[in-house]
Amino acid sequence: MLTIRDLHASIDGREILRGLDLEIAPGEVHAVMGPNGAGKSTLTQVLAGREGYEVSGEVTYKGQDLLAMAPEDRAAAGVFLAFQYPVEIPGVGNMQFIRESANAVRRARGDDELDARGFLQLARQKMAELEMDPSLLTRSVNAGFSGGEKKRNEVLQMAIFEPSLVLLDETDSGLDIDALRLVAQGVQKMRSPERSMLVITHYPRLLEHVVPDVVHVLSGGRIVRSGDASLARELEAKGYQPGADRATEADALAAVAAS
Amino acid sequence: MSESIEETEGTATAVADGIQELVEREYQYGFTTDLDTEVVPKGLDEDVVRLISEKKGEPEWLLEWRLAAFRHFTTLTEPTWPNVHHPPIDYQDMSYYAAPKAKGPAPKSLDEVDPEVREMFDKLGISLAEQERLSGVAVDAVVDSVSVATTFKAKLAEVGVIFCSFSDAVRDHPDLVRKYLGTVVPFRDNYFAALNSAVFSDGSFCFIPKGVKCPMELSTYFRINAAETGQFERTLIVAEEGASVSYLEGCTAPMRDENQLHAAVVELIAFDDAQIKYSTVQNWYPGDVEGNGGIYNFVTKRGRCAGARSKISWTQVETGSAITWKYPSVVLQGDDSVGEFYSVAVTNNLQQADTGTKMIHIGKNTTSTIVSKGISAGRAQNTYRGLVKVLRTATGARNHTQCDSLLIGSDCGAHTFPYIEVRNDSAQVEHEASTSKVSDDQLFYCRQRGLSEEDATSMIVNGFCREVFDELPMEFAVEAQALMRVSLEGSVG
Repeated sequence: MLTIRDLHASIDGREILRGLDLEIAPGEVHAVMGPNGAGKSTLTQVLAGREGYEVSGEVTYKGQDLLAMAPEDRAAAGVFLAFQYPVEIPGVGNMQFIRESANAVRRARGDDELDARGFLQLARQKMAELEMDPSLLTRSVNAGFSGGEKKRNEVLQMAIFEPSLVLLDETDSGLDIDALRLVAQGVQKMRSPERSMLVITHYPRLLEHVVPDVVHVLSGGRIVRSGDASLARELEAKGYQPGADRATEADALAAVAAS
Repeated sequence: MSESIEETEGTATAVADGIQELVEREYQYGFTTDLDTEVVPKGLDEDVVRLISEKKGEPEWLLEWRLAAFRHFTTLTEPTWPNVHHPPIDYQDMSYYAAPKAKGPAPKSLDEVDPEVREMFDKLGISLAEQERLSGVAVDAVVDSVSVATTFKAKLAEVGVIFCSFSDAVRDHPDLVRKYLGTVVPFRDNYFAALNSAVFSDGSFCFIPKGVKCPMELSTYFRINAAETGQFERTLIVAEEGASVSYLEGCTAPMRDENQLHAAVVELIAFDDAQIKYSTVQNWYPGDVEGNGGIYNFVTKRGRCAGARSKISWTQVETGSAITWKYPSVVLQGDDSVGEFYSVAVTNNLQQADTGTKMIHIGKNTTSTIVSKGISAGRAQNTYRGLVKVLRTATGARNHTQCDSLLIGSDCGAHTFPYIEVRNDSAQVEHEASTSKVSDDQLFYCRQRGLSEEDATSMIVNGFCREVFDELPMEFAVEAQALMRVSLEGSVG
């Protein structure tokens, strides 16, 4: 599904990713953990096509050169990024936004567009599963949404878009226990043999609900260690303390990586 | 889940579908129609004024009024205070009257309207015949200096509504015209009002008698076709006690390399409990990317809330014209009267707009609302200029002004000049202003969801204008959103 070789990315002359390699097969869920500033979010932004980065290396997605594609073409090809900080668009109705963008993607894929009624049925069903307030559809995109509502709105879009490659950028951050459970269930439901996921997280708790096939530790812009789901628990046990300062965190990770 | 969401979705879908049909087009009204046109020679003097009056077979009083206006005009100089720049206008180097030549006597019905004229309106998407049959909107179609057709006249007459060309009104309802002409915008008001009063050729007249709610939307469609002519029309709308009307105005012009002057006057009068809603989608040719050609749109629009509890509401979407200079205003004379101004002004490339409103509070407990959304792209300059004036008599007056500017790119400018004059201590005047840019974060978010950069920009800009579009009648809202997209084409990336 996704092959990343020797990926480098810099912004404003600062190198953030320094030769990252990663391979995700269809149906696999990979978690990427690591301290603040390790380059976790940069990885998702670069994969989704955010401008402003100087990028080198190779990223092959379903046989295509992903780095050569515009963000909207990546979306059409099935790449979906659930944003860490979903963006507010005042005056644009959430329903209109989701439907128009979902249909842009469906058109590009050659699928039939969703008509108003079909879309509304689908959206209502998915919202019920996420226990979302239906009125969020009629409000402006993310405007005035609580943190949890914004994250659920991302998962809602993911469910409607049915992407092939899901990038979750700290979708669990800022959620209370109940919201986390709902979001995790929403993500877990999306798992399928044709769909791969890259889950960026700072905390292991999401991974209790969405058990990954592979866990990677990202530090200093590179994958420094990979393992199965038990690695996440090990990281937790060995004192991977969110909120600890960067040097300590890096030390802890280095210790884990070396063990 | 309430049904209202489905309704909202229905509307949103209709709007979205409408946009789909209308998007991705350049200025598509830039064609010329080869009409056999009668044009008077270039130049402006008393003889031209007399000639226009004679061609229209006007009564003596109107000729005298025109001549008084012309004599006053010659004492004035063009105003320099607007924040716009253009080479001096040579008022002798244009023609002041152009009319598609009548082939035989005036048409009595649509079937008799010149087929070429009908074809031109078909091409503009305004099928006069279809309007008559289906749409429930009465249209007065004005080409260059004359009204060529007015639909639904008979049906409106049944309820006592008069809707006709200004020339017909002068002929058929001279007393009404004489009673109200120039009572809101006197010819001494300003330079362009004086010029218009001297040489105006046609326009629309509408009169809604006491207690009548006009049964359909009224609409005037202005088309400049002839080259090197100015267009000077007048619109006069009178709503008697308890009457109400919604009026739409649209305008287009061919693409030409030289500038053309459009200097219109619109007067609205609302008596006790009357309501007038006036919506404009202004899409005159804006000139090319380098700023060649385009319409100079110097217009005086004013409404008078003459009666208690009357209401006048202006909604305008300005996407066209090389230069726009226009301040639709309301004089709030009657106690408890209400004035509203909702505006979206878009400038791209080298377009310039200096637009806003004036709210003059005279009566007690008068209320006004101003919502102005200015959008600048390319190298355009967009100015909001607004006056809120509360006179000593206007106890309990209230105004709320919200003035937002959106910038696309970094070579354009937005300027705000609010003037507030309050002479009554009980008045409450609020002014809010903001300036923002379409952010990279917003664009990336939309593109990640599969929208192209242009679709994303258009969606963000339309969202910014939402409060104003919500005030427009449905079909205009669709057109306005599509227009917005067209006028911003090429402004990103």
